[in-house]
Amino acid sequence: MRAANRLVPFLPVVAAVMFARAPFMIYHAPTEATMGIIQRIFYYHVPSAIMAFLGAAVCGAASAIYLYGRYRFADHVAVAAAELTVVFGLIMLVTGPLWARKAWGAWWVWDARLTMALVMWMIFVAYLLLRRFGGPGSDILAAAVGVFGTALVPFVYVSVNYWRTFHPNTNVIRTLQPEMAGPFRWAIFAFLSMFLALLVTRVRLESTRAALEEAYVALED
Amino acid sequence: MSRVLRVVAWGIGLAVGAVGPAMAQDQTSGFVPVASSDIAREALPASPLVYAAYAFVWVALTVYVFLLWRRLDRVERELADVSAKLVGRP
Repeated sequence: MRAANRLVPFLPVVAAVMFARAPFMIYHAPTEATMGIIQRIFYYHVPSAIMAFLGAAVCGAASAIYLYGRYRFADHVAVAAAELTVVFGLIMLVTGPLWARKAWGAWWVWDARLTMALVMWMIFVAYLLLRRFGGPGSDILAAAVGVFGTALVPFVYVSVNYWRTFHPNTNVIRTLQPEMAGPFRWAIFAFLSMFLALLVTRVRLESTRAALEEAYVALED
Repeated sequence: MSRVLRVVAWGIGLAVGAVGPAMAQDQTSGFVPVASSDIAREALPASPLVYAAYAFVWVALTVYVFLLWRRLDRVERELADVSAKLVGRP
């Protein structure tokens, strides 16, 4: 954790530089033939979705470790990752409809991908509400919710390949033209550096909170 | 019980009465040919949606970073205060 804390001042700078440069790279990317410029939302929408999935995976793994061994640090990581899943999931759920409004003519359709992504996001909102208002013992129940939410991620990811949906399938990333792949990879690394910086900072907040609770208990004794 | 039913029936009646004329007004009663100049206006411009999406990402992340920094600052200060009280205790 100390090594991760040393990265805290470094990661936000990397993230800020990458985020600042991203719009210029995206501006110079070619315009998509059928969708036009609205397709440029892709460069922020997909990385935010990937970070939401990554957050869910980290939360699920940390929750499983916490359920198995009751390691407090795993619980801190799980809370931090769940909050980041909600933040990046919100970005995904807002930028997606803005893209869909032009591409599909509707803000939202209740197809498999969109509905499952919304349900996954709501599970992590429920996780945070449980941690906030659940009272004593809610950490164990929330860990189970975190594992359950993570189990949904593979279904959300492959849903576009197995169910009929307007949403582009997973092949679009693998078949990206080099002129589009460059800015996309840049955006992915910008979001990833931001995700890591926020994760380390949020874990630090949770560890400090736990230390504060222990200090209050020691003060009362 | 019959009084409750009567109130419910009146409520439904009033709701139908209120919505009915509005629905009748919304219903299409004829088609008007569009002028050629209006067809261009029909197309939804993409730029505002792209700018809105990018602006939302920047604003959401900036707000979250600010809130996270403020929460961390508050908790660390509180911990320093409580730790100072613990050290100063006999």
